[in-house]
Amino acid sequence: MLAFIIRRILQSCMVLLTVALLAFTMFRFVGDPVAQIVSLDTPAEEVRKVRESLGLDDPVIVQMGRYLYKAVQLDFGISYQFRQPVIELLAERAPATLELALISSLLSLAIGIPMGVYTALRRDSVFARVFQSISLVGVSLPTFLIGILLIYLFAVTLGWLPSFGRGQVVTVSGRWSTGLLTASGLKALILPSITLGLYQMTLIMRLVRAEMLEVLRSDHIKFARARGLTTRAIHFRHALKSTLVPVITIAGLQLGSIIAFAVITETVFQWPGMGALFLKAVQNVDIPIMAAYLMIISALFVTINMVVDLLYAFVDPRLRATIKG
Amino acid sequence: MTSQSLTPPVLELRNLVVEFVTRHGTLRALDGISLSIAPGEVLGVVGESGAGKSLTGAAVIGLLEPPGRIASGEVLLAGQRIDHLPMEDLRHIRGKRIGTIFQDPLTSLDPLYRVGEQLIETIRTHLPVSEQEARARAIALLAEVGIPASEKRIDGYPHEFSGGMRQRVVIALALAAEPELIIADEPTTALDVSVQAQIIAVLKKLCRERGTAVMLITHDMGVIAETADRVAVMYAGRVIEIGPVRDVVKSPKHPYAKGLMGSIPALDERPERLLQIEGAMPRLTAIPQGCAFHPRCPHVMPRCHEARPVLEAVGAGQVACFLHEVGQ
Amino acid sequence: MTIPSPSTGPSSSGDSLWSRIMAHDLTYLFFRSPLTVVAAILSVAIILAALLAPWLASMDPFDPAQVFLADANIPPVWQDGGDPRFVLGTDDQGRDLYSAILYGMRVSLVIGLSGVALAATIGITLGLVAGYLGGRVDAVIMRVADVQLTFPAILIALLVNGVVQALSKGTSRETWAFGVLILSIGLSFWVQYARTIRGSTLIEKNKDYIHAARLVGQPTPLILLRHLLPNVIGPVLVILTINLGLAIITEATLSFLGVGLPPTQPSLGTLISIGNKYLFSGDWWIVTFPGLTLAIFVLSINLIGDWLRDALNPRLQ
Ligand SMILES: Nc1ncnc2c1ncn2[C@@H]1O[C@H](COP(=O)(O)OP(=O)(O)O)[C@@H](O)[C@H]1O
Ligand code: SF4
Ligand SMILES: [Mg+2]
Repeated sequence: MLAFIIRRILQSCMVLLTVALLAFTMFRFVGDPVAQIVSLDTPAEEVRKVRESLGLDDPVIVQMGRYLYKAVQLDFGISYQFRQPVIELLAERAPATLELALISSLLSLAIGIPMGVYTALRRDSVFARVFQSISLVGVSLPTFLIGILLIYLFAVTLGWLPSFGRGQVVTVSGRWSTGLLTASGLKALILPSITLGLYQMTLIMRLVRAEMLEVLRSDHIKFARARGLTTRAIHFRHALKSTLVPVITIAGLQLGSIIAFAVITETVFQWPGMGALFLKAVQNVDIPIMAAYLMIISALFVTINMVVDLLYAFVDPRLRATIKG
Repeated sequence: MTSQSLTPPVLELRNLVVEFVTRHGTLRALDGISLSIAPGEVLGVVGESGAGKSLTGAAVIGLLEPPGRIASGEVLLAGQRIDHLPMEDLRHIRGKRIGTIFQDPLTSLDPLYRVGEQLIETIRTHLPVSEQEARARAIALLAEVGIPASEKRIDGYPHEFSGGMRQRVVIALALAAEPELIIADEPTTALDVSVQAQIIAVLKKLCRERGTAVMLITHDMGVIAETADRVAVMYAGRVIEIGPVRDVVKSPKHPYAKGLMGSIPALDERPERLLQIEGAMPRLTAIPQGCAFHPRCPHVMPRCHEARPVLEAVGAGQVACFLHEVGQ
Repeated sequence: MTIPSPSTGPSSSGDSLWSRIMAHDLTYLFFRSPLTVVAAILSVAIILAALLAPWLASMDPFDPAQVFLADANIPPVWQDGGDPRFVLGTDDQGRDLYSAILYGMRVSLVIGLSGVALAATIGITLGLVAGYLGGRVDAVIMRVADVQLTFPAILIALLVNGVVQALSKGTSRETWAFGVLILSIGLSFWVQYARTIRGSTLIEKNKDYIHAARLVGQPTPLILLRHLLPNVIGPVLVILTINLGLAIITEATLSFLGVGLPPTQPSLGTLISIGNKYLFSGDWWIVTFPGLTLAIFVLSINLIGDWLRDALNPRLQ
């Protein structure tokens, strides 16, 4: 087990290193690190000094090492637009994004899995067909269009829910600003989390359905039928469990991408999160923020992946065995 | 016809027809299967791949996959029709009165549950026993099928067992509720040659002890010769010869059966092809008129093209061939 | 109980029977699925409308000489204040929405198709090379694919966009937005092709005809293109269809986010983005009609893709 974990961690580090390399290349060669410090009217002599102090004349490999070293300590440089350390900007906005992503994930799992199971088991029922059609509409409608639609319906026309922002937030334990503890904060979460979660929900539903149909055709289910087990035991004890094992992996990947997809939702709902910050960085060529966001997303993703792998090993005895051995 | 025994056969098929309704028309996969199995008897079912052996087993336990369906005919279990029973009643028969063993033990068991859990759930589905009783019974069953240290192995996962051991577990599962009949569909085909004989031996022994009848589907004539009491030979969805094992194996009557028996190899090898008979079994879409075997038959006669021979008593068995018509 | 299916059937006669039935049945299946037929008709209609935009449109929305700000935000004809010149109303710059949608559809389609074509080209090439050469080349390509997969397409597209923008300081967005969108889509979607092609290549490359081609000394690129490619390209069809929908969504999303096409070259996404700003003032039509067009088109493509996947999947008959 330990060897497996170590191997996975090493693999993850390789991925992170590759991404960090990419981020450094962007940071150093696409962006202009000097621009972080100086303004347009800084004298040339001053600029040269800044270059030197930043070590931009050192060999590239040294610079890279320095960049990585700083990145590990969460020092991603200074934002061009805000003239503020990137990490501060990101930390300020992280709670908004993470809360949104969490609620959306829970929503998409809690609805997507039962719907997938239902449509697989009652393949020919009217509801299953309706769900299946809705899911296709779900993957066909761009996220931003769904957001706009919801805003038009529930904010503009009905006036039930706010169309933008996080509502009232409270700060807990000094740093974390949460919208989960106030009524207006919760209300503000509804539309954005549906928007963000809908696409993942339909994906998960379709995934569960396809996987479950496959499992229902498998030999061990046929044998379970031949053993005379109740339909309930066959469907929910045997088929469902086999279905969920591979679904864990893909669902994990999906949830990782929810954080990245938040860019769109945050823009539509003017949600003050990391995604909106990243988009602003792209629009204004704020390379340090782009590079940092890239690394943070991949770190998150790699972590989720590892957790998923361990979970997988936990539920599948075959894997547990190979890992132990 | 020989003497009619008083107890009804465990299983009797009367003119069973199974069809697949496809968009290309209706394909008749089983065309009037009639056979019976007496209590405690082992009936071997042989025939080329695609002859309809597995389908016969599936039809008996009510697990034909759509679009397959029983179009006509009857399935009788201990004298009572079961082919028209509602799903839930059929379910109570599966596992309880008819046990089933499939070809591939590697995939028959649910990989995510311990062997014991699967045994206990099967036992408790069919018998009114407590968890502890079921567990004790499961351990005893595992010991009976020849799994050493069964009280320990019961908590193992399927992947921790070898292929042969897994098939033993499958046998234990099939026997868990003391059924009257076991349908074993090529129970050793997927196994290593070295363990095939052991598995058949275990199956044979346990069924004999319990008086369980067996429908043993196999390619392996050697197994049939050693294990079966009677043999049914299938071709293109029909039974073309059925009778006591000695007669059918040693002196088959039907030209196809002759070819099949002629291909019995030395003990351990299995025939991949029937070298004695030219050609291949027809597809369901192109089953010839008259005797389905006529394009390959060395003794084909003009009437074989038009009329279909039916099973008729010949000696102790029955044969469907104009060469053996009464009075021929 | 073993019911032979094309992939597992024990009888070779059953195999060829089934594969033959499958091959013959695409048309049959197509007409048996009314929804797919409707989707196909809609797709063809939309594509034709986009192609014929210059003839169908009442004005060229890209031509500043034809656009007047005085005509801005006119509602559709059937509403109060509508103008018969503008059936579906106008946007904030006075462009006829109906014409803008036709031209915007055209832009979306060209970018989507080119993006998908680029993705497929990159993916198929890398997949072939990785599968055929194996070893270190394979390892590197597949590792890159793994890393790439950790980022959703939209993120990669945004990054590519940001980088190009940084590198092209000073030049106006109009000059490169088109190319960058295609590049973004190409770089975001290649992995799936590479993985699929690599998988089939690994199987095919050990077959006799490849050995034969190698034995007679044919150069590797020729073997890859002439012999291997035709035998592994099959599954790509489904991915292409499904990806086209995704690519069009991606383009629209980027344009909506303001990093795609500028308002002077509106795609559907750009129009929706403009419309979104006027939603609160009640000018619902600017967002509604482009949005509806986009949704219907992508939905139709996905319906066809879904159907195609099921129809080509022998397990589902
Ligand atoms: N779902 C199906 N649709 C159409 N034909 C089928 C289906 N399942 C089985 N068959 C056909 O039924 C025949 C008998 O199959 P099977 O009973 O599995 O043969 P065996 O077990 O003797 O090898 C074969 O010709 C097979 O092609
Ligand atoms: S009925 Fe005719 S064709 Fe059929 S096996 Fe007998 S002799 Fe041959
Ligand atoms: Mg079979």
